[in-house]
Amino acid sequence: MFRGAPLRNPQWENHLFRRRVIVAAVFSAALLTFIIIRLFFLQVVNHEHYTTLSRNNRVDILPIAPTRGLIYDRNGVIVAENQPTFSLEIVPERVDDMEATLTAIRELISVSDSDLERFRQILRRKRRFEEIPLRLRLGDEEVARVAVNRYRLPGVEIKSRLARDYPLGPLLAHTLGYVGRIDERELQRLDTSNYAATAHIGKTGVERTYENQLHGSVGYQQVETNARGRILRVLERTPPVPGRNLHLNIDVRLQQTAQAAFGVEHGALVAIDPSDGAVLALVSLPSFDPNLFVNGIDSASYDALANSRDQPLFNRALNGQYPPGSTIKTLYGLLGLETGEIRPDTQIWDPGFFMLKGDERRYRDWRKEGHGWVDFNKSIVESCDTFYYDLALTLGIDRMSEFMRAFGFGKPTGIDLTGESSGLMPSREWKRQAYRQPWFPGETLITGIGQGFTLATPLQLASSTATLASFGRHLTPTVVAALEEPDSDVRTPLTAREVAPVRVLDQANWQRVHRAMINVVHSPVGTARGISRNLPYTIAGKTGTAQVFGIKQDEEYVAEDVAKHLRDHALFVAFAPAEKPRIAIAVIVQNGGGGGAVAAPIARTVMDTYLLGADGKLREEFR
Amino acid sequence: MILLDEPQHSRRTLLPRLHLDWPLLTGLLLLAGCGLVVLYSASGEDFDMVLKQVTRLSLAFATLFFLAQVPPEALRRWTPLFFVLGLTLLLAVLVMGEVGKGAQRWLDIGLVRFQPSEMMKLAVPLMVAWYLAETPLPPPLRRILVGLFIFLVPAVLIAKQPDLGTALLIASAGAFVLLFAGLPWRLVSFTALLAIPVALLLWHFGMHDYQRQRVLTFINPESDPLGAGYHIIQSTIAIGSGGLYGKGWLNGTQSHLEFLPERHTDFIFAVIGEEFGLLGILLLLALYLFIILRCLYIASRAQDTFTRLLAGGLTMTFLVYVFVNVGMVTGLLPVVGVPLPLVSYGGSSMVTLMASFGMLMSIHTHRKLLRT
Repeated sequence: MFRGAPLRNPQWENHLFRRRVIVAAVFSAALLTFIIIRLFFLQVVNHEHYTTLSRNNRVDILPIAPTRGLIYDRNGVIVAENQPTFSLEIVPERVDDMEATLTAIRELISVSDSDLERFRQILRRKRRFEEIPLRLRLGDEEVARVAVNRYRLPGVEIKSRLARDYPLGPLLAHTLGYVGRIDERELQRLDTSNYAATAHIGKTGVERTYENQLHGSVGYQQVETNARGRILRVLERTPPVPGRNLHLNIDVRLQQTAQAAFGVEHGALVAIDPSDGAVLALVSLPSFDPNLFVNGIDSASYDALANSRDQPLFNRALNGQYPPGSTIKTLYGLLGLETGEIRPDTQIWDPGFFMLKGDERRYRDWRKEGHGWVDFNKSIVESCDTFYYDLALTLGIDRMSEFMRAFGFGKPTGIDLTGESSGLMPSREWKRQAYRQPWFPGETLITGIGQGFTLATPLQLASSTATLASFGRHLTPTVVAALEEPDSDVRTPLTAREVAPVRVLDQANWQRVHRAMINVVHSPVGTARGISRNLPYTIAGKTGTAQVFGIKQDEEYVAEDVAKHLRDHALFVAFAPAEKPRIAIAVIVQNGGGGGAVAAPIARTVMDTYLLGADGKLREEFR
Repeated sequence: MILLDEPQHSRRTLLPRLHLDWPLLTGLLLLAGCGLVVLYSASGEDFDMVLKQVTRLSLAFATLFFLAQVPPEALRRWTPLFFVLGLTLLLAVLVMGEVGKGAQRWLDIGLVRFQPSEMMKLAVPLMVAWYLAETPLPPPLRRILVGLFIFLVPAVLIAKQPDLGTALLIASAGAFVLLFAGLPWRLVSFTALLAIPVALLLWHFGMHDYQRQRVLTFINPESDPLGAGYHIIQSTIAIGSGGLYGKGWLNGTQSHLEFLPERHTDFIFAVIGEEFGLLGILLLLALYLFIILRCLYIASRAQDTFTRLLAGGLTMTFLVYVFVNVGMVTGLLPVVGVPLPLVSYGGSSMVTLMASFGMLMSIHTHRKLLRT
C-alpha cells in the first residue's frame, strides 16, 4: 500500500499518522483494561483471601500466663504464694549511649560480669524496641536506688513479675514440692497452648500432683504489630483464668513442732487423722529450701544438695524404706488373736532366745535374760521378741503376708503426692521371683519381729496405725483438703478414698490390741513409759527399733561402739486420744537408737500441739 | 468532550496565549493533587515530605511552563546537539560515574547531582523523530535501522548502569516513535518473534544476577517470601485487602504498619489500592487515560512530521510509565524501578516528565497558519 507514495504527501502522511494514533489509543485502553482485570481479581474475587493475609500480617496473638493458685495449710496459713520479683530491663532504642548507661547502672547496683555478658548476647539477638533483662531479682533497696535515678537513665525500666515463693522455706519442701522451669520432656506431654505463656511447672509434691488445678487457663490478647514486630495497641483481650487455690490438711504448727523436736536428728514423721485420712504432718529431715529451685538453681548449689551425705532432697516420709521392727508386732498379735492361734491369756516361756527344731541358730530376744512368762499384753508392752518368733512360726508367712497387705504394707498408699515407694512385704511368691529360692522358716521368724526382708515407709506405718486406730477402716492418706475457686470462697472438699477395710471376726480383738498399746505408754513397764508424764490424754503406741547393722551370733550390740550411721533406727507409732483417735503418728529417727527413748517423745510433742488447747487440756473437738 | 478543542473559544482564553493547554494542565494538576493526598498517607502522615514534594512539583510545573514557550522549531534545531550532549554525558557516567544506590547513574556537576539517563528520556524521542522527519513517511528500511540504532545505543548503555526501568522507558520511547512513523506491521511482528531468542540471550549474558533474581521472583514470588518476593507479596496483599471501596484514607494497615516496602516511592500505587479500593484506582486510571488520550489528540492535530512523531512518542512513554509501574505493583510485571508518574515521591523523573508535557503543549499552541 505504501508503493507509489509521492515524495512528500502531507495528507497521506497525516492519514497514516492518524491511523497509528487510533491504534495507539486502542492499545492504551487495552493495557489499562488488562490492569483493571488484574485488579478486579485482586480486589473483588480474591478480596477475602488478601484481607486474611493482611490481618495475619498485623495481628499477633500473645498468650497471657494465668496466676498460679495459692496454697494454704489447714488453718489458713499461706504456704505457697506468688511474690512480685523485680528485674532491671533496658530498651535499647530509648538509650542514647548504651555504654554510659551500663556504667551508670553498675555504679548504682551490682551487676556481675556474667549478667553483662548475657545481656550483650541477647542485645545482639533481639529487636531494638524489645526490653532486655540485665539483672534479675532486685532487692528493695536496689529497686529504690534505680527508681531515684531513673530521670538520668532513659530506657531503663524496673519490671515486676510474679514468681512462686514458699514463705516457710524448708518446712514443707517435701510436701509442697516446688515449681521449676518447664523442661523438654514436660514440653512434650503438656498442652502447649495452655502453657504458651507459662514458664514454670510443678516438679514434685503437691505442686506437681495438683498442677492442673493450680495452673489455671491461659489468656490471650490480640495485638496489632507493625512490620518490625513492635506492638502498637491491644485489639482484644481474653483474661486468663487463675488457678485454683489449695487448702491442705497439713498443719504448719505440727510441722514446726516436729522439726524442732527432731533437733539435729534425721528422720521422718507422718501424722494422719484416722477419722478422715487427712495427712496432718509430713516431715522429712533434713530438708532443703524449695525457693532455690524456682528460678533455676545454679549447678554448684545443686551439687551440694544432691551429693550431701545427709540427703536433704530425699523424701524419707515417702521414699525412705525402713525395716518396721517391733512396731508391727501389734498387727501380728491381732492376726494371732483373730486366727485363734493365741488367746489373750496364752503364755509362753521366754528364756531370751528362740530356736528352731534341728537348727543350732539362736534367735535372740532384745532382752538377753528373757522376759519369763509372756502373754499377749506383755508381749506388746515389753516388746518381747521370742513371743513373736513363736507366733510367726505358728502363723506362717502366707497368712502374715496376706494380713499385712490388707493394712497397706508392700504397696503404695495412694497418697496424693508423686513418687511414693511401695516398701516390701515378703511372701513365698516374692522370694521365688526375687531370689529363685524357697522360703525358709527362719525368715518367717525374723519377719515376725519386723526385720528381715520387710520394708515400710513412714507413710505406710502411719497409715496402718490409722487403720488400726479406726478398727480396720482403711483410708487413702490425703494431703489436700479442698480446692478453692479463685476470687470466690467456693470450696470443693476432697475426701479420702476408702480402701477395702481390714475385717476381723471378733471386734473385741481391736480393743485388746489397743489396750496393750495403751499399756506401752501408760504402764510402768511399757517401752514408751517415758512420755506418759503429765499426759492429760491417752496415747496408744508401740516402739520399734530397726537394725541397720547385723551383729554376729556371739556378739553383742553396744550402741557406743557402732558408728552413728550404722546405729539402729528408732521407731514409734501411736494414736491418740486412744478412746477416740484423731491423730495417728509414725516417727522414725534415723540411727537414733531405741524407739521409746528417742522417737516417742517427738510423737508426744506433736500430739500435744495438735490435741491440747492453750489451757493444757484436751481441746473441745477432741474430747 | 474536552479531549477535543473548540478552536473559536480556546483562542480567546488566557491559557493558549501562555502556550498552555488547559485540559491537559487540568488533568496533570488533578493527578498531582491526588498524588499529594496519597503521599501524605503513604509517608506516614509526614507533612515535611509532602512539602518537599510540593516544591518538586512546582519546579516540574515551572519546567513545563518554560518548555511550553519554546516553539517546536527551536526544539528541532537543538535536537542533534542535545542528543550528542546526552550521549556524551551518559558515557561520562559510565567511565567516571559516581556510585549511587549501588549503581552508576549520577554525575556530580558542582553542587547538582545529575542523571544523564533522565536527559536521554527526552533526547531519544526528539532525536528519532528528528531523524525520521527528514524523509517522507513511512521511513525506508535504512532509516528504520539507523533509528533503531539511535535509541538502542543509549538504552543498552543505561541498562548497563544498571537501570533496567529507564532503559525500558527510553527504548520504548524510540520504538513508539518508529511505530508512529509507520513502521510496517510485518516488521513489527517479525521483531516480536525475534524478541524471544533475544530475551534468552539477554538472560544468559546481558543481565546482572539481581535482575535475573527479580525475574525469577516475579514468576514465583512465594519462592522467596522474605527476600526478593517480599515486595510483590506485600503489595498484592495491600491491594487485594483494599477491596472495592478500600480501607479509607490513612487507614491502610499494610502501609501504615510498614509491611509495604517503598510505599511512598515505587509502590505508592499499592497504598492507593489499599486505602481507596478498586473505585479509587479506577478514578486514577481514568485520569491517566484522559491525559493519554488528550496527548494523542494533540499528536493527531500536530502540523508536521517531527512534532507528530515527538508528541506520539512522548505520550506512549507516559503510558509505558503507568503500565510498567502498575503492572509491577500488581504483580503482572517483574519489579523494575519505575515510579508512578506524578504520584510517587521523587524528583528528577518528575521534572523530565513535565518537560515532555511542556513540549506537547508547545506543539499544540505554536500553530502555523495553514491553508487547506
